[in-house]
Amino acid sequence: MWRRRTGGARRSPEAAQAELAEPVQPVEPPALTIDALGRKCPIPIIMLAERINQVATGGVVAVLADDPAAFTDVPAWCRLKSHEHVASYELPQGGWSIHVRRNY
Amino acid sequence: MAYLDAASTEPLHPAARDALLAAIDAGWADPARLYGTARRAQMLLERARGEVAELIGARPDEVSFTSSGTQAVHLGVLGTLAGRRRAGTRLVTGAVEHSSVLHAGEVHEHAGGEMEIVGVSRTGRVDAGAFAESVARPGTALACLQTANHEVGTLQPVEEAARACREAGVPLLVDAAQSAGRLPIPEGWSVLTASAHKWGGPAGVGVLAVRKGVRWRSPLPEDERERRRVPGFENVPAIVAAAAALRARSEEAQAEGRRLSALVDRIRAEVPRLVPDVEVVGDPVLRLPHLVTFSCLYVEGEALLTELDKAGFAVSSGSSCTASTLRPSHVLEAMGVLTHGNVRVSLPRGASEDDIDRFLAVLPDIVRRIRSSLGVH
Repeated sequence: MWRRRTGGARRSPEAAQAELAEPVQPVEPPALTIDALGRKCPIPIIMLAERINQVATGGVVAVLADDPAAFTDVPAWCRLKSHEHVASYELPQGGWSIHVRRNY
Repeated sequence: MAYLDAASTEPLHPAARDALLAAIDAGWADPARLYGTARRAQMLLERARGEVAELIGARPDEVSFTSSGTQAVHLGVLGTLAGRRRAGTRLVTGAVEHSSVLHAGEVHEHAGGEMEIVGVSRTGRVDAGAFAESVARPGTALACLQTANHEVGTLQPVEEAARACREAGVPLLVDAAQSAGRLPIPEGWSVLTASAHKWGGPAGVGVLAVRKGVRWRSPLPEDERERRRVPGFENVPAIVAAAAALRARSEEAQAEGRRLSALVDRIRAEVPRLVPDVEVVGDPVLRLPHLVTFSCLYVEGEALLTELDKAGFAVSSGSSCTASTLRPSHVLEAMGVLTHGNVRVSLPRGASEDDIDRFLAVLPDIVRRIRSSLGVH
């Protein structure tokens, strides 16, 4: 994976979001939404790990988070745990809804 | 206390300590003056310059001493951009460069310039093809690439980048802060920067080398010190000590590097075996000999550092809660790896096998305790 980009280095995840994630509405509605707004990493990841088994295999969990670390860490957790990072959607009030598909 | 944070700063080398003490007595006078004590200071300064030049593969008149590695980068980046204004205003850098490079680039952007940041692989290595492509675009004034990454240890494709820059007629600034004194300086640089306290010299000495023929204009008010490249009175005793440390380190580098690299291999292999849910990041082979970084899932970086400190280990972290900002490390972000629970272990000269044994012995229980305090079992 590599990205080429023009602009400031310390870009906000908001800017990264605009470039990397689908800006539109999610195609598939989440079966479960975890509200981790205001919680610092690693708490959002811990909440996700605890609750992902509450959806059926193939189902989607949305993690709402506004700690900038979550923007990188939720997809990284998916890679380490062999789940799928579907997409990250910007929330109007700040932060993201990060969608994860349970693979097993 | 086992000091395992050499990438932040290396303890003073004994050769540097001896040289510093001698030079405080012999080299305190103003090297720009003409009386005996001044000429003596000047001789010491020029001898140190000659020695550093030889060790980094430069000519003495290409080498200037700055007050830090950061200042060397700021002057190197902004001075070359100023000297190359007619060629264009594009600056090309890697996404995981030291913040001094990226911050200098932001100053350039605020002045109307353009910065293009080339992405990295999952291991933190800059995409050499993309870098070459970017450098070849019209209007490129300067390209910057580190020899090795300061947070994850991955070596960068400097030789490929140098080839691309040569073909495009673009100067390449190579930031050798993490590798100077540990690995040979790669060839092909136009501007080279380094920092003495990273190789066991004293703090307050940086190196800025500008190849003859590279256009460079000071971005700062005029001052005649250091061939008009660096303002302010030279710290001759510290520069003398820096040269002595670089000489000593370069002589030891091969044997000590091999020894430290074997210890790093051990940490890379053992940590994921001893601790569940750990990701060792950075390139396993194309890496600095003394540095390894890993991230532990479900653990706060700050808690981990505090507990390791209590257990007698000084290490560093790129996790956001341990930095002065609330943002996680731009290096880990650009690599797309876990940013929380991050630990960087960087071995100073002389780090013992015993230190590593003890580190590996205490780490699993510390991680387990922190996880259990967060309700993760």
